[in-house]
Parts: sequence; structure tokens; C-alpha cells
Amino acid sequence: MPNLEHPAYPAATLLRLESLVPCRESQVSMLLSIFGERQQFTFPSIFIYGHTSSGKTYVMQTLLNTLQLPHVFVNCVEYFTSRLLLEEILIQLQNCSSETKHASHVLCDTFNDFVRMFKQAVTSQDLQDQTLYIVLDRAEQLREMEANILPAFLRLQELTDRNVTVVLLSEIVWELFRPSTGCFEPFTLYFPDYSIGHLQKILSHNHPPEYSADFYAAYINILLGVFYMVCRDLKELQHLAALNFSKYCEPVVRGEANERDTRKLWKNIEPHLKKAMQTVYLREISSSQWERLQRDDGEPGQLKGLSAHAHVELPYYSKFLLIAAYLASYNPVRTDKRFFLKHHGKIKKTNFMKKHEKTSNHLLGPKPFPLDRLLAILYSIVDNRVAPTANIFSQITSLVTLQLLSLVGHNDQLDGPRYKCTVSLDFIRAIARPQQGSIDTF
Amino acid sequence: METDQIRNGVSFLRRSHSEFQEKTTEWTCRMKSREIPTAALVLGVNVTDHDLTFKSLSEVLQNNITPYVALLQAKDCPGIKNLMQKLMGQLMNCYIDVDSSDEEDCVQVSQNRIRCSMASLISWYENITKKTDSETPSKKRTSSRHLQSPPVVVIFKDMESFTTKVLQDFLVISSQHIRELPLILIFGIATSPMIIHSLLPHSVSSLLCIELFQSLSCKEHLSTIIDKLLLTTQFAFKLSEKVLQVLINIFLYHDFSVQNFIKGFQLCIVEHFCSQPLSVLCCRLVEAKKRVNSLSHSQCENVRRLPSFRRYVESQVSEKQIALLTADNFLKEVIQKLLEDLHVYHENYVPVLRCLHVFTSSLPKYPLGKQIRELHCACLENRVWETEEYESSLQLARMLNKSDLVTMLQKCVEIFASSSGKEFDKVVEKLKEFLTQFQKLEVAGACQERGESVSSQKELQKKTDLYHLQKTLLELKESRRSKKLTKFEMLRFEVVDFIDNLVRNYLVPADHKTLHEIMYFNTASALREHLNAAPRIALHTALNNPYCYLKNRALKSDGGTISNKAPDICIVYKLHLECGRLINLVDWLEAFSTVVMAVEGPNAAASDQVDDIIHARFIRAVSELELLGFIKPSKQKTDHVARLTWGGC
Repeated sequence: MPNLEHPAYPAATLLRLESLVPCRESQVSMLLSIFGERQQFTFPSIFIYGHTSSGKTYVMQTLLNTLQLPHVFVNCVEYFTSRLLLEEILIQLQNCSSETKHASHVLCDTFNDFVRMFKQAVTSQDLQDQTLYIVLDRAEQLREMEANILPAFLRLQELTDRNVTVVLLSEIVWELFRPSTGCFEPFTLYFPDYSIGHLQKILSHNHPPEYSADFYAAYINILLGVFYMVCRDLKELQHLAALNFSKYCEPVVRGEANERDTRKLWKNIEPHLKKAMQTVYLREISSSQWERLQRDDGEPGQLKGLSAHAHVELPYYSKFLLIAAYLASYNPVRTDKRFFLKHHGKIKKTNFMKKHEKTSNHLLGPKPFPLDRLLAILYSIVDNRVAPTANIFSQITSLVTLQLLSLVGHNDQLDGPRYKCTVSLDFIRAIARPQQGSIDTF
Repeated sequence: METDQIRNGVSFLRRSHSEFQEKTTEWTCRMKSREIPTAALVLGVNVTDHDLTFKSLSEVLQNNITPYVALLQAKDCPGIKNLMQKLMGQLMNCYIDVDSSDEEDCVQVSQNRIRCSMASLISWYENITKKTDSETPSKKRTSSRHLQSPPVVVIFKDMESFTTKVLQDFLVISSQHIRELPLILIFGIATSPMIIHSLLPHSVSSLLCIELFQSLSCKEHLSTIIDKLLLTTQFAFKLSEKVLQVLINIFLYHDFSVQNFIKGFQLCIVEHFCSQPLSVLCCRLVEAKKRVNSLSHSQCENVRRLPSFRRYVESQVSEKQIALLTADNFLKEVIQKLLEDLHVYHENYVPVLRCLHVFTSSLPKYPLGKQIRELHCACLENRVWETEEYESSLQLARMLNKSDLVTMLQKCVEIFASSSGKEFDKVVEKLKEFLTQFQKLEVAGACQERGESVSSQKELQKKTDLYHLQKTLLELKESRRSKKLTKFEMLRFEVVDFIDNLVRNYLVPADHKTLHEIMYFNTASALREHLNAAPRIALHTALNNPYCYLKNRALKSDGGTISNKAPDICIVYKLHLECGRLINLVDWLEAFSTVVMAVEGPNAAASDQVDDIIHARFIRAVSELELLGFIKPSKQKTDHVARLTWGGC
């Protein structure tokens, strides 16, 4: 295990830091060596990437906080326009060293303003002699802002002529960031995924105080055995561990097993965890419902998940409209005549069927169709006569708002709107079941 | 009366949602969790009703849980920025609504330089909660209704229409600040909760703690409203069978919207009171009697002209006929009596209808319909006891088993006992008598039947040769046919006959009653025109048969020919109906000019050149057609236009 060593910081702080960031020691030491001493200039920009919950944000935060480096931490999703982002950085900068919060409003519209005000702020806050860190979390959002924002941040040190380092945190690789006009290349650092051993170590790290660390570690071991296949997200695993731990402890609390009796405990918890995987993990039922269920010791069968309510009740003509839309989307135009006209050649049909492979239509996905065709099919599949009333047309629009159909092309195209059917075959089957017409034949 | 209906609707919706509220309250307590508590409200596809639901929901929330409720609509929030703006605007305004006295400076701040970010929202929230903590005792009272730190409820009205990105961003942002800003989300879902999974990736949906609440289906809403509005004697105004059918059809076939149903009903009321001069008498009985006395002569004449009244007159003896037709005072007395009859009829109609519904709704295959509204329609349409369905349902009712029959009778007793009709005391007695008889049977009948069957079995076993066996079997069959009428069956027949009698007495269709025109609105065609408009058909008739709208004598003579007096656009339209997909403009112009010139004699037709004026008229008519969307210029051939419509109408 590489111990963190750095001449600039006291050993005790480093030791504390090390205990706080398990399994990320190498990355931290790398960062420390890049950062150098407080007053030393470092890379103008550092790009850190890694998969979801590989500890990027956490490591940066603990590192900066424990070593008490001056820093600004901004989430780019939260500050969704460049103006909000720049203003937020300035506000945080103002509050950085001075403890008293003065909520002065900063107006900063352009990057030019930002550079100017940034210089002022750094001088006034007395930060010249140490490196200031600006951490931009979820940096992939920067790409959607104005084109100058990302390149400017990358060379902020040069632009402001101050001791500042911009750290970008992102889940995607640097290659996807690189603007076409070229820019300053940041130093990139990769945070690899946690291995199962790492996960085990981190999850068992903060065990509940009532139980011993070994007991909890055994629990985590079982949990990982069930969930590791589907989920490597540390946060999610932590959440699941917290949810199900009380169930694991049940035999111990009742006195039926002691803490060492792993096998018995495993038998108790394993089916329970599997159930959890099918329900809570997929958010079929909420965690609070799950907790209630655990307390009452009920069967999850009584609680229907979200997907159990898949059936949608539709008005009579809406059903037919949707069926017609589905048929129009998945059948080629040339078969319409064969399917929907009363008099068509039977012999031709059999010939056709041999050549044609039915499944391919479903693999290709829905195709757009014009409104006329939809209505023509509607008239032929509804038994009695349908008047083309305003209600029918408004139903089509409401199906679009319900996202069962989707409008292809522009909204303002009035003549000949084209639609696509977005529902699945199962959905249509469920709708068509009460109706006599079976969809399979079409 | 109209407001009555709306109130009914709202109160109903509120009732149906009270369960949600209860759950929401209990579940605000679990805000401490990391996830954002979320309610997925499945409301059904009747989107037009949702507004009312959300309004009452947010009202209840504001009254009971938190003053901070924001309603968001997808069309207001194309981007996360707009969403935040909308959200903050609503929240800050609603705060001002709560106590508008002292917080004017707050408005100014928020209006002028509102920074639409979560941070400012949080600071706003902190300010507010701090303020409410240090409030004067008088205000404590109002805030005590709410929880200690009231959560902020954000309602997404139409989850389906929100773009994925906006929702994701909002959820990610708010989940980061859930500790500082206790947020509760409510998703209004029209289709199915699966939409959450299809809209949000797992990484985002794992931030939520979703609980599902299913609202009643709109069909149930409809039955409640019909129950409250139509099947009651409270309101004098009634719908005739056809009108009700139109309204229900629109509901079932087209929109599932309870609100539209109520609007249709309101339209009926307006139409009725506008078009029927005698609708002055459509009010409570006491008042109606008073108004009868003050009827003018012309109004009396109106009454005499009513078809149902004429039928009544014809059935009277001749002296009375004369009196009815000449003496206004006598007429008024009769009207009062007839109105009273009508009222009594209504009073009796509803309980008997419900009673019949109890029977028919449990029969297999529901010959008379499952819902009471279907039964109601059937009864209004014509004499229900003459229909085949009624016959078959009676047949089925004669085969009911005892326990079902007893529970039904008990239900009927309840219905009659709670009804206001005066004539039902005897009915209730009779029904109770039936019930006691059934109970007696239970003891006696059981042992008797068993004895019988055992004895016949024994007989069977005795006779062994084929001939005798056949004979006894036949005998047995016959005896079964005649003798099987056990006491229970007798009683069952009696019960069914009794019900049948009730139906024949009380469920006479309303249009057999005299003066029904006063109470019943029955111009279904007007309603259909208003509510179920067919724009294409209207356009087609306007262009094909201009007389229909213009009422000009000269246009009337239209057969299949094209009259040259019709407006140009009509001529052009008719000519284009005869063409195929692509129309040659030159041919069209020629045909047009022949039609127009037809009247001007041979000398005009002889000139080969088409008149400039006619040319201009033609071009104008064609461009009008293009504007109406019947044709469009085609790219295949430059001098052709393409037809866009086909004889669908």
C-alpha cells in the first residue's frame, strides 16, 4: 500500500486523508505530486474521468477540504447557463476565505467580465500566494454552453495570470470534449472502476456501531454476491446495504443465531435480497414501501410494482386509432390493399407470405405514415361507419401528447402531417384483446 | 343549478383523491431519506379532467400540508431554465399569497434580479422558514396547520410531455439539495407508470422514491356523476334517452372526459331553457304549481300544442276535452295535477330502477347491461318489459340460487326503505315477507329434498331390466318437470313476478307521460351538431350544396348538375370532384368557363378565347381551394395540381 508522502503537508493530515479515501491512494498521491506545494504553480487544467461513482467528486472534495486548499466547487448541471456558472464561481470565491457571508450580487455576462472580476477577487481575497482550485463537476455540460467557455477554462491560468488550476470532472473521455478548433490539452487522469475487493472494503468501511466490523463485512460479502452481477454503482450498493441490513440482523436480534453463524444468516437473507433485486433495485417499488414491507413482514406480491400497471384504458375510437397507427407503422404500404380491401386475391396472399418474413418488420422499427393512410385503415378496421368528426382528429393529437404516437417532422407542417406509432406489440395486443380483431393476423 | 353540477364534480374528484392526501401527509415524515419522495399519480387518459383534479389537489395540499405548491406544465418548460423560472415564480408568488401584508420587498427582489438557480431557491426557502419560526402568535395559528418545515411540493402535470433532459437535470439538481430543500414531486401520468422508466435512466430514477397512486377510472367517475345528476329527484331537469345516449357515446367513444360530459350536460340545460318556452315550469314542484297559476293565455296554448298533452286530451271524455281546450283555469288545474303525477313518477322511477339494476347486474352476460346507465337508457327508450333482453333476463333471474336471491332482496329492501316514495311501504313489507319465507324454507326444504331424491334413487336401483328402467327414467323426467316446483322455486317465481310487476307499474318510459316535454330535453341532433362537429362534412356540404347555408332560392334547384349561379368556389370544387389525383389546370379552366358561360348563349361560348375576368375568377377560386387544403401544387407536372382529399365524407 503506497503511503501518502508529501513534504508540504504534515504527516498527520496525510494519514487522515488516507483513511478517508480507501482504494484511491494512488490517484490521490498522483494528484498531490501534481499540485505540489501551496504556492507552486501547477498544471493549468486537469481532466479527471471515470465511470459513475468511481469517487471522482468525493476524492477531490476530501482532498481539498482536508488539506484546506482554497477552492471553488461547482456542479455544471446545477448552473446550467454560462452566466449562472461564472457568477456562482465568483460568489463562492468571495466567500472562500472570509467567513462572513455577504450576499452581494455579481453580474457577469461574458468570460471577459469573468476574467476581470476574477482577478479582482483573487487580489481582494488575498489568494495570490497559493494555488486556487476551481473544480467543475459534471464538466460534460460545458460542451453545451457557448463555444468559448471550455477552451477558456482550460487556459484560465494564462488568461488571468494568476495561480489557478481548473479541475474538470467528467464521466466521459477527453476525446469527446476536444473542440474542433483545438484547445489547450489538459492533464488527464483516469479513475478506474472499483473492483469487487475495493467495493467490499469501502462498503464495510463504515459499519453500524452496534455490530462488529466482521459481522457487517460478512453481510456485505453476501450482498455483493447477489448484486455485483447487475450493479457496480457504489452509491446504489450502499443504499441497498442500508435498506436490507435490518432484515439480515433479524435472526441475531431474535436470538436464533449469533453473529458468527454466517450460514444460517445467509439462508435467511439470500431470497430476500433476490427479491430486492427484482423490486427495489429496479425502482418497481419504492424504498420506503420496501421498508414498510420488511417491518410488516408481508409478501411483496401484495404490492404491485410500477410495471404491473401497464394497462391503459383508452376510449373506443382511440383504441382503434392506435391499432390503425400500429398497422400503418409496421406494415408496408403495398400490403394495405391486400389486408384491408374486401376483394383481394387469395392465391396471391399465400405466395406473398412465403416470400415475406414477418418478423423483420418488427425488427426494423416503426415507419412514418401520413394521416390519410391512418384514417383509411381506421375506417376499414372499425365495423360500423365512422364519421370524420373533430373529435377523431383531436384524439389523434391527444395520442401524440400521450406519447403513444409521435409526430414526424416539424410541428408547423400543416398539410400532410406524418406520424409514427411508438408503442410495442404487447401494448397493442393488450388493447386489441377486447376487440375482435387480432393483431397477429395483420 | 349549473354550479351545482360543477361542485358535484369537484367534490367527487376531491373525495376520490382524499386517499392520496392521507398518504402524502404520512409520507412527508420520511423526508429525511436521501431520495426525493415522489408520487406517481396515474390519472387515466382523460387529460381534460386533470386540471380540475390538480387544482383541487393543490388546494387540499395548500390547506393541509404546505403553502408551497407549484404546478408545472410541460409546455411552459422546454428547457431547464424555463422550468426553474416557472417554479420559482410560482413558489414565491404563492408565498406572497399566504401573507401578503409585510413581504413586499421580497417581491421586488425576486422580480428584479431573480437568479434562476437552486441556490437562490434554497436561500429563499431558508428565509421563509426562518421567518415563520419567529412569527407572531396570530400567525402561528395559520402555520400550525402545516408541518414544522413545510415541504415544497412540485407537481408535474403531464409527465409524458416533458422532455427527458429537462426532467433529468431537474431531478439531479434537486437531489443534490434535498437536505436543504425538502422537495416532494408529484408526477401526473396519463398512460402507465412505465413511462417513468422510459423517460428516466436508471441513474436518475434511482434518485427517486416513487410511490404509485392509482386514481379511479373515469368510467366510475361518470357513473357517480350520472347517479348524482340524473338518477335523483333533486333536479327537475332530465335528459331524454337519445340525448343521454349521445353524451355517453361521446364519452365512451371519444374522450373519456368527465368534464366534457358535464359541459355537454350544461349545454343541454341552456338549450332546453332557451328553446322550450314551457321550461318555466321545469323547477321544483311547489314552485312549478305557483307558476302554473300565473301562466298567460299564449302559454296555455303552448301547453295545448304539446304532443303528449294532445294525446292526453284525446283520451278524455268529450266534455272534458272541450273544457281542456277552452277554459284556461281548468287547464291550469289539470296541469298542476299532471305535474304532480310526473313528480311522483320520478320519485318511484329511481328506486325501482335501482332495484331492477340489482337484479340484472348480477345475471350472467348482462342482457340488460352492467351499468345502471344502460338500464336507464333502455327504460327511457321504450317499454322495457317488451324487449327481448328483459325477457331473457327474467328467464335468468328465475334460475338464480337462493343465497344470491336473498342478498338481492335485502339490497332492494334497503333501496326502497331509503327512498322517499310513499307507495313503497307495501313493497317493503312484501319483500320482507319474501325474505322470512326464504328463511323458513332453509330449514324445511333441505331435508325434504334430500328425502325425495333418495327415494327415487332407490326405485331406480330396484328395477333392473331395460324396459322398466327406461320407463322409470321417463317417468322420473316427467315428474321432475312437473313436481320439481319445490317450495323454493314457487317462491322464486313469485319474487320474479313481483319484480316484473313493479317494473311494469313504475318504469314506464318518460315520453309516455303527459307533459314530459317540460322536464325532458330531447333534441339530440342539436347536441350532436354542437358537441361532435364534423368539419369536413360541413365543408363538403357547404361547397357541394351551397343552398344549405346561403338559403338563396336560385341555388335550390341543384340535382347532380352544376349550376352557374353558385359561387365560383363551389363550381370549382364540384368540377374537381370529378378529377383524378392530378388535375390539369387548363382543362379545369375550360370546364369552369363552360359552366359559367352556359347562360350567356351561343355567341359568348363561340369565342375561343377565355375571358380575362373568368380567368381571374378561376384563379381566385382555385387558390381558395388551395387555402382550404383541397389541392396543392404538384412537383411532378408543372401545369397540374394534386388533389388532397378523397371521398371520405
